[in-house]
Amino acid sequence: MYRIRIHGRGGQGIKMASRILGTALFRSGYTVQDAPKYGAERRGAPIFSYVRAAHQAINERGVIQQPDLVVVADDTLLAVPAAGTLLGIGPDTVVLINSHQSADTWRHRLNLRAKVEILPAQEVVEDRAELPHVGATCAGAAACLLGVIEARKLEQAITEELGALDASVITRNCASALAAFNAMAPRRGLVREGHVIPATGYDAPQWIELPFERADISAPDIRAAANSVQVRTGLWRTMRPIIDHEQCNHCWWICSTLCPDSAIKVENDVPAIDYDHCKGCMVCVGVCPPHAISGIPEYLAQMEDSADATEPSDG
Amino acid sequence: MQPSLLTGNAAAAWGARLARVDYVPAFPITPQTEIIETIAGWVESGDLAARMVTLESEHSMITAAGAAAATGVRVFSATSSQGLLHAMEMLYTVAGWRAPFVLVNVSRGLSAPITLEADHNDIMAARDSGFLQIHCADCQEVLDSVLIAYRLAEDPDIRLPVLVNLDGFYLSFTREPVALPAAELVQTFLPPFDARNIRFSASAPQSQAVAVLGGGPYSYFRYECHLAALNGVALYQQVAEEFAGLFGRDRCAVEDYRAQDAEIVFYMVGSFATKAREAVDRLREAGQPVGLVRPRLLRPFPAAPIAALLAGKQAVIVIDQNLSVGQGGVLHTELTCSLYGRPDAPPIVCSFIGGLGGRDISAQEFYQMVAVARDAVDAGVAPPPRLLYTAEELRETRKLQAIAMAEQVETAPSPQEQGDE
Repeated sequence: MYRIRIHGRGGQGIKMASRILGTALFRSGYTVQDAPKYGAERRGAPIFSYVRAAHQAINERGVIQQPDLVVVADDTLLAVPAAGTLLGIGPDTVVLINSHQSADTWRHRLNLRAKVEILPAQEVVEDRAELPHVGATCAGAAACLLGVIEARKLEQAITEELGALDASVITRNCASALAAFNAMAPRRGLVREGHVIPATGYDAPQWIELPFERADISAPDIRAAANSVQVRTGLWRTMRPIIDHEQCNHCWWICSTLCPDSAIKVENDVPAIDYDHCKGCMVCVGVCPPHAISGIPEYLAQMEDSADATEPSDG
Repeated sequence: MQPSLLTGNAAAAWGARLARVDYVPAFPITPQTEIIETIAGWVESGDLAARMVTLESEHSMITAAGAAAATGVRVFSATSSQGLLHAMEMLYTVAGWRAPFVLVNVSRGLSAPITLEADHNDIMAARDSGFLQIHCADCQEVLDSVLIAYRLAEDPDIRLPVLVNLDGFYLSFTREPVALPAAELVQTFLPPFDARNIRFSASAPQSQAVAVLGGGPYSYFRYECHLAALNGVALYQQVAEEFAGLFGRDRCAVEDYRAQDAEIVFYMVGSFATKAREAVDRLREAGQPVGLVRPRLLRPFPAAPIAALLAGKQAVIVIDQNLSVGQGGVLHTELTCSLYGRPDAPPIVCSFIGGLGGRDISAQEFYQMVAVARDAVDAGVAPPPRLLYTAEELRETRKLQAIAMAEQVETAPSPQEQGDE
């Protein structure tokens, strides 16, 4: 059975990627199960989907714990623990990363024993949440790595899944997906079907006896004030606002008041952005009277951060 | 017909479409919304000649469904979790009206705290209402069960509403190959609703009402519901056989997966049962005679076929994806009760609580449950009930508690604070 997990951000078409790959495998004679996994996510938040494909009935269900192929549509997610991109990756897992960096760089940074492949990022927009065909592109590259899907089945699947959209949108998605499919040709068939989990010699679950605890501990109350600051919504950001302090006229009130996340604080008439919580909505960029705030792609900002520091920064 | 990839929600909507329903009262809730979105699209496009009405709550939705069914039209509706409980008063009421319609429930855990994922406490809460219940393990079964449900609901020997249950996420948002039965075959299996004496015409208005009654008449009417429901065991089997003849799929009241020659069997409902099938195959490869017994029909309770399948087994592993607080798993309670006093009943019936709030159950956990059952067989004593919960999960919960409870962390620095600087 093939077990494939696809990671990206809300808005990048990650559910669609699983559906395209699922339909392409289904049209190639496989029994398929595909599903997105989401909760209360929003645009830019980490999301993933998964696909299982086999030549017999699929009885496994739920999140894939031991993937044969992991696709990471946005390399900035690799540093986000909550995204779980690296869950269950083993030496036989193929990890396909959409990135400007090399496979060696990622292998080294993450100390990965897996087979790392790079889908060279083709940025046509600054804001990665708006990458128009990244879902289809990743599905195209993944289809080639699996080696069991012909290009025309991939095209058929895209047409089927995007059927409700404008013909020109479908054409552009097909073109992006086929380009990625062809780019991966030297690695065609790299992904191998994973094994079943045998019922002998398995790791026994570490079950515990849940102890009784009084309601002052065991009721699901949240009594600590202002703990929402611990949720780093800044990790959802695909665009980063930057204040040019020389341009800033220190009117202080406008950007800090209109920021929907209260992520701009003013001290001594100097505004500063709290990047742990700024979601990158760019409202401040639009409202700043002297045009002192500009937006740059988050991935570029992060590349500059890591060039500035010897250690990769998480801010 | 060639199968296509459909989610459980789409399969439920297709069931309603193929059943040619007349009226769909609706109210959206995650993870059910896709069902009514799909049906709304078909009503708009003219593919389904039904009247769809969005109501202001599930309570009103079930009232509308019952009232419409009481005029003799074919009614479909769907809900989930809090929605089903919000409608609880009306579930009992419309069952008491003997209003025949089909309600799909997409199982999701109940608040508090809040989860969006699968858990059977919602559907179990409706257990005593008078609705019959069919529980599905995969997307094909969802579609098939909606069709079967209409046959049960509308049968003059039953005439009760029927709930068809599917798990949120694990089925609702999961695509699998689903064969769409040919419309003509469905027409043969499920002809138009013959409402007989249930009629309503605007030109000949009549009142249908219920009265305030004393215990004697009340007992009569309530017990008649029970007797009608009990007719469902035999009728379900008959309808399932007819279904198998027309569509080639076995939908009998109790699934038996490699259970005939098994020494130990899993007993559970819902989509995680397919994971049990997988575990059974792996355990068999390892030389362990294990099987699965899964009721599709839970109301009426098919006690006789279940007892027959479990007769002579060494042990039963009951997995409850629900929890009756202060008692334990509902399936375990009902199974032990129905087996009591039977000379051929399995001596060991283990209780495991697993999958609450959508918590996954791993392959290794299925294997380990069998190991626990084997030890119990050797010792001759059933183990105490166990929640499937690992040390790592408790560590994760501790982290959340440290964040949520400021007063506890004031005395000792939390890992969060230590790690911050």
